[in-house]
Amino acid sequence: MQRIGVFVCWCGSNIAGTVDVEAVSEALKKEPGVVFSTNYQYMCSQAGQDIIKNAIAEHKLSGIVVCSCSPRMHETTFRKTAAAAGLNPYMVEIANIREQCSWVHKDKLTGTEKAIILGRTAIAKVNLNAPLTPGESPVTKRALVIGGGIAGIQTALDIADAGFEVDIVEKQPTIGGKMAQLDKTFPTLDCAACILTPKMVDVAQHEKIRIFSYSEVESVSGFVGNFTVNIKKKARYVKEDVCTGCGLCTEKCPQKNVPNEFNLGMDNRRAIYIPFAQAVPKVATIDPRYCTMLKTGKCGVCSKVCTAGAIDYKAKDEYIEEKYGAIVVATGYNPISMEKFDEFAYSQSKDVITSLEFERLTNAAGPTAGVLLRPSDHKHPKTIVFVQCVGSRCSGAEKGKEYCSKICCMYTAKHAMLTRDKYPDTDVYVFYIDVRTPGKAFDEFYRRAVEEYGVHYIKGMVGKVSPQGDKLMVQASDLLANKQLHIEADLVVLAAAIEPDASARPLATMLTASMDTNDFFTEAHPKLRPVESPTAGVFLSGTCQGPKDIPETVSQAGAAAAKVIGLLAKDKLTGNPCVAHSNELMCNGCSSCERVCPYGAITYEDKEFRMPDRTTRMRRVAKVNEAVCQGCGACTVACPSGAMDLKGFASAQIMAEVDAICK
Amino acid sequence: MKVSYFPGCTLKTKAKDLDRYARESAAALGVELAEIEAWQCCGGVFSMATDEIASKLSCVRALADAAKQGQPLVSVCSACHNVLKQTNHAMQTDETFASRVNNYIAPDAPYHGQTKVLHFLELLRDEIGWDAVRAAVKKPLTGKKVGAYYGCLLLRPSKTMAMDDPENPKIIEDFIRAIGAEPVIYPYRNECCGGYVTIEDAALSKKKSMQVLDSAQGAGAELLVTACPLCRYNLDKNGEGKLPVVYFTELLAEALGLKED
Repeated sequence: MQRIGVFVCWCGSNIAGTVDVEAVSEALKKEPGVVFSTNYQYMCSQAGQDIIKNAIAEHKLSGIVVCSCSPRMHETTFRKTAAAAGLNPYMVEIANIREQCSWVHKDKLTGTEKAIILGRTAIAKVNLNAPLTPGESPVTKRALVIGGGIAGIQTALDIADAGFEVDIVEKQPTIGGKMAQLDKTFPTLDCAACILTPKMVDVAQHEKIRIFSYSEVESVSGFVGNFTVNIKKKARYVKEDVCTGCGLCTEKCPQKNVPNEFNLGMDNRRAIYIPFAQAVPKVATIDPRYCTMLKTGKCGVCSKVCTAGAIDYKAKDEYIEEKYGAIVVATGYNPISMEKFDEFAYSQSKDVITSLEFERLTNAAGPTAGVLLRPSDHKHPKTIVFVQCVGSRCSGAEKGKEYCSKICCMYTAKHAMLTRDKYPDTDVYVFYIDVRTPGKAFDEFYRRAVEEYGVHYIKGMVGKVSPQGDKLMVQASDLLANKQLHIEADLVVLAAAIEPDASARPLATMLTASMDTNDFFTEAHPKLRPVESPTAGVFLSGTCQGPKDIPETVSQAGAAAAKVIGLLAKDKLTGNPCVAHSNELMCNGCSSCERVCPYGAITYEDKEFRMPDRTTRMRRVAKVNEAVCQGCGACTVACPSGAMDLKGFASAQIMAEVDAICK
Repeated sequence: MKVSYFPGCTLKTKAKDLDRYARESAAALGVELAEIEAWQCCGGVFSMATDEIASKLSCVRALADAAKQGQPLVSVCSACHNVLKQTNHAMQTDETFASRVNNYIAPDAPYHGQTKVLHFLELLRDEIGWDAVRAAVKKPLTGKKVGAYYGCLLLRPSKTMAMDDPENPKIIEDFIRAIGAEPVIYPYRNECCGGYVTIEDAALSKKKSMQVLDSAQGAGAELLVTACPLCRYNLDKNGEGKLPVVYFTELLAEALGLKED
C-alpha cells in the first residue's frame, strides 16, 4: 500500500474562488492510501514546495498528488520537488482543478464536487504507480542535412559554425537548389547568384562540412542522437577529387542534344556536363542516359580530352554508412506539372511558360543570356500576360492544390516590374484572385509595380489561352469591370503552384516523420515547435515544411540549426521513462504493434522460453526500443493479447482512474 | 459482341446519318447494336434541379433495361450520352435520388447504376480497340486533314463523363488517326458551338460557331467531325460553307468501305 500525501493549491483565488479547497483536502483525506492532506495558497512557491518536502520526510510518503493547474504548467516543478526530498519523481501525479475545473464552473458546490472527483482519480492512479528511471543514450556529434538548396546550405553553415560536423546530401550534381536558377530576388532585387554563390563556396571550404553531391539517402535506422544512415553516391563517371572543373569535356562531347535541366529544357547541354558555371562541387558528371560510350562502348572523347585523367567509365554507385546525432530535412519544392491545366495551352505552345522558365529567360546565364525572347521564334514579346494561382487555391483539389503557394504574388510582381523596367514598350498584364503581399517591404514592392511601372493588374482569372498563328489569344474575366477580356499576347507566364519534391514522401517513410495530405512535413507544433518534426532528432528546414520565400527559408534554416546545435551540445540524452514495454509471456508476435507504431520503435526477436513440461521453445516476441518510443500508447491499444503496456500509464492505472471517476 | 443501343430522338429524324453509319460500322467491326425496346427521349439536358426526378426517369428505364440484358449501354449522340452518364452517376452516388426513382418506376430489380454507359467512341477505344479499327479499315482516308470538334457535352463534367482530359482531349484525334486521316489540333475544339442559345439568340450562337470554324480553318483543317447533332446544326447553319461538318460515324463508314459513293 502506498503512503500518499495530497496537496491542494488555491492558486490565489484562481482555484479558491470556485472550489472550496478546505473541503477538498478534507474529503481526500479519507481516500485509500492517503496519510496526509493539506491545502496552501501557492503550492508552486518555495514555501509551498517546502510543505511538500517536509511532508514527504515526516510522513514517509511513497507518492503524492498535487491538485493544482495543468501538468503542462508545473508537473516538472513538483517532480523536482519530490526528487529533492528523495522520492522518485514519477510517483507524483497532478490533478488539474484549475483550467479543467474551477475555470469552467461558476457554482462553488459543483466546482468543489468535481475537484474532489479529480483528486480521487489521481489518488487511484498513484496507488498503482511504480518508480521509473529514465534511460540515457549517447549523442553522435554530427548532423546530416538532406538537400543542398538555400535551406540546407544555411542550416549546414550555422551548425558547422557552432563547431559540429555536418554532411550535406544533395541528389543533383551541385548544391544551390532552386535559388541558383533564379534571376533577381524580391523585394530588394539583388541578384540571386550574387548572394547565393558565396554561401555555396563557404560550404565547400568549411572544414566541418562534407558535401555528398549526386547522392541520395538510401536508408535510415536508429533514433535521436544515434541515427545510422546509408548514403548512395551515384556513379558520376568522373573522379571528383581529380576533375579540375575546366569544362573542356563539356565542350568536346559530341552528344549535344540533351535537354538542359538547369534551364528547364529550354536549351541543350552535352552528355557530360557541369550544371552551371558556379556549381559546387565544380566537377563534371556524365549522364548515363545519353552518353554514347556508356551506352554502346564507342566514343571516349571526354576521356581523350581530359588532361587530368578524371574520366572513369567503369565507376559504380558507392554506398557510405555514417552515424548522425540529428537529421535535417531540406528537400525543397518543385513547380507542379502543367499537364492538367491545358486550358492555358502549356503543352500546345512554346510561348506559354512557367514562372521558373521565365526566371531562366531573364537570367544573364540563361538560354538567351538574359534577353527576354519568346521561346518559339526568339522575338521580343510585346504583350505579356501573367496568370497567378495556376494550381494554387484550387477548391476540392481535383487538380492542383488547395493551399496558397505564397511566393507567386511577389515573384510575379517582380517579373512584371523588371519587364517594364527593361522593356518599357511591353504591355504587361497580371491576372490575380487576390494579391497577397504580407512581408517586410513586400506590399510597397507590389505597389511600385502598379503605380510606378504601370503593370496592368486585373482581378479575375484567365479562362482559356488559344494559340493562333504566332499569337496567344487570352480570354479572361475582369471581375471589377464585370466584363470579358480578349488579349492578343505574345507570351503567357503561368505562376505554377509549388509542391514538395517527390523524394520527400519516401524519405518521410524512412525517417518515420509525419507528413500532411499535401506531402509537406508536419512540424511538432505549428506555432511553438515549427522547425522540429514530431520524430525526435529530425528537424525541418525550408519549403519541405510548407511554401516559403527566401527570407523565411533562411530564418527557418537558422532556427533548425539552433535546435540541432542544442541537441548536439549534449553528451547524453535523458529519455522519457513513460514508454511502452511488452510482456513477453503474453506476446504472440502478431506484429499488430509494429504496424501502428509511428516511430519504428518496435522490433521482434526470437527468444527461447521454458515451457511447463521443461522443454524449451523459440517464440517471436515484440521488443520496444526505449530510446525511440515516444510513449504515444498506440501499440497498447492495438495489442490483441494485452501484452503491451505503457509505463506510468498502464491500462490498470487508467482503469483505476475511470473507476474512481464513476464511483 | 452485343451491346444495348440507345439511339435517341434526333438520330431518328435530323441525324439519321449518325445512326445509320454507326450501326453499319459496328456490325463491320463485329459489334451488334441491339436497340433497346420502347426507349424514350433522354430528356435532352441533364436537369441540375435535385428535387425532381421526372425528366430522368426515361434514362433510368433504358439503363435498367441494359442491366437486365447484362450489356453495356451505347449511344452515339453526345447529348443523349451526357444525360445517360450523368443520370447513371446520380443513381450510383445519390442515394435519395436513387431510392425515389426506384420507388417510382419499380423495376424488376432495383437499379443502382450498375450498367456501363459507353459513348460509341469509347466503344471503339475501350472495347474494340484502335488497332482492330485500323485493321478493319479498307479505304484509309490518307492525307485528309480532319479537325475533331468535341463541343461541351462529350467531355464535361469531366469527373462524371470520365472520358478524356477536358482541356486537351485526344479520343477523336486517335479515331482520326485510326481511319488513316490526319488530325488537326486547334484550340477551340472543346469550346461551345452556341448550343440551344441558337433558338434565343442566333447572333451569339453564330459568333461562337464562327470562332470554332475560324480556329479550325486557321490550323489547316479541311473538314470537321463531331458526335453531336446540335453542334453539327450550329456549325453548318452558321458556317457559311467555311468547312464541311460531318458525323464521325460517316467517316468511319467511309473508311471501312461501307459507304456507297
